[in-house]
Amino acid sequence: MDSVETTNEFESDPPDAPVLATLDEQRLVEALRNGDEDAFTSLVMQYQNSMLRIAHYYVGSSAAAEDVVQETWLGVLRGLDNFAGRSSLRTWIFRILTNRAKTRGIRDGRTIPFASLQFQDDEASEPIVNADRFWPADHPQWANVWVSYPRSWGQFPEDRALAAELQAVIQHSIEMLPPNQRAVISLRDIEGISSEEVCNVLEISESNQRVLLHRARAKVRRAVEQYQNEASIA
Amino acid sequence: MSATDKDYFTCQELVELVTNYIEDALTPIERARFEAHLAICRGCTTYVQQMRQTIALLGKLPETTIAPQARDQLLMIFRDWKRAKQG
Repeated sequence: MDSVETTNEFESDPPDAPVLATLDEQRLVEALRNGDEDAFTSLVMQYQNSMLRIAHYYVGSSAAAEDVVQETWLGVLRGLDNFAGRSSLRTWIFRILTNRAKTRGIRDGRTIPFASLQFQDDEASEPIVNADRFWPADHPQWANVWVSYPRSWGQFPEDRALAAELQAVIQHSIEMLPPNQRAVISLRDIEGISSEEVCNVLEISESNQRVLLHRARAKVRRAVEQYQNEASIA
Repeated sequence: MSATDKDYFTCQELVELVTNYIEDALTPIERARFEAHLAICRGCTTYVQQMRQTIALLGKLPETTIAPQARDQLLMIFRDWKRAKQG
C-alpha cells in the first residue's frame, strides 16, 4: 500500500498548498468587520454543521462540541482583524476550531493523537458487506461470489428535491455512525470538501480517511438499500 | 491469501476496495483487476453504482437548519462583540 500513498501525494497538491481567500471571502470579512449581522448569519449557516462534526470528533460529546463551536465563533470575531487572507476563510476558521477542540479534548481527559483511536471500533475487522451475502470460501463453484445480486435502485429523480422520507433515512444513518466516520463523510460527501483539507482538519492520513469514508458510505448505502427494498414491497 | 497476491478479485474482496477505486487510490494493476471483474459481474457493477448513487444522494441533502436557540446565542455573541468593538 506504500506505493499507493506515494503515487497519490505525488499527483496531488501538497496538503499545505496555500489556498488564498477569494474576493467574495474578503468582502465577507470586510462586512463582518463592519458589524454586518447578515454576513455573520450567512457564515454561521454555511459552516455551523461542519464545525459541529469536527468538534464532536475531537471532544467526544455533542454538548462539549456545541460549547467549542460557540467559543470558536467568538474567537473568529475577535481574530477578524488578524485575518490576512493568506488562507481561505474556511481553513482559517477550521484551524481556530481544531485548536480549541483539541484543548477542550485534553481538558476533558481525552488523549491525543486521536488518529490512534480510529480503529478501536469493534467493527474495524468486520466486512463492509455482510458475509452472508456471499457464498463461503469453500464453495466449489461460487466461492466469495454474491448469493444474490444487489437489486438495482434505478434512477433517483434528478431535478426534484430528495423525497423527505429518504432524506430522513440518510440523516438517521449518519447520526448512527461513530464520530470519526460521521465527521469524514459529512465533510467529504455532504459538504464536498477535498480529501486533503479533511485530512488536515482531522489530522489523519489519506489512507485512514479512506477507511473511515468507506465504512461510512457502506452503512449509508445499506440504509438506502433497506429503504428501497421496503418501498418496492409496499 | 490477500487480495493482491493473485490475479483476480472475488466479489467479497471487490466490495472492500470500492472507495479506493472511486478515490483513485488503487495501483494500476489493482485497478485493471477491479475493472476486469466489473466487466463480467453484474452484482458488483450494481454495488459500485449504488455506492456512487449514495455519494450523489449525500451531496443533495439540504442544509440542516441550526437550532433557534443556538442561533440566538450566536447572534447575542455577535452583538456583544460589535458593541465592545465600537466601545
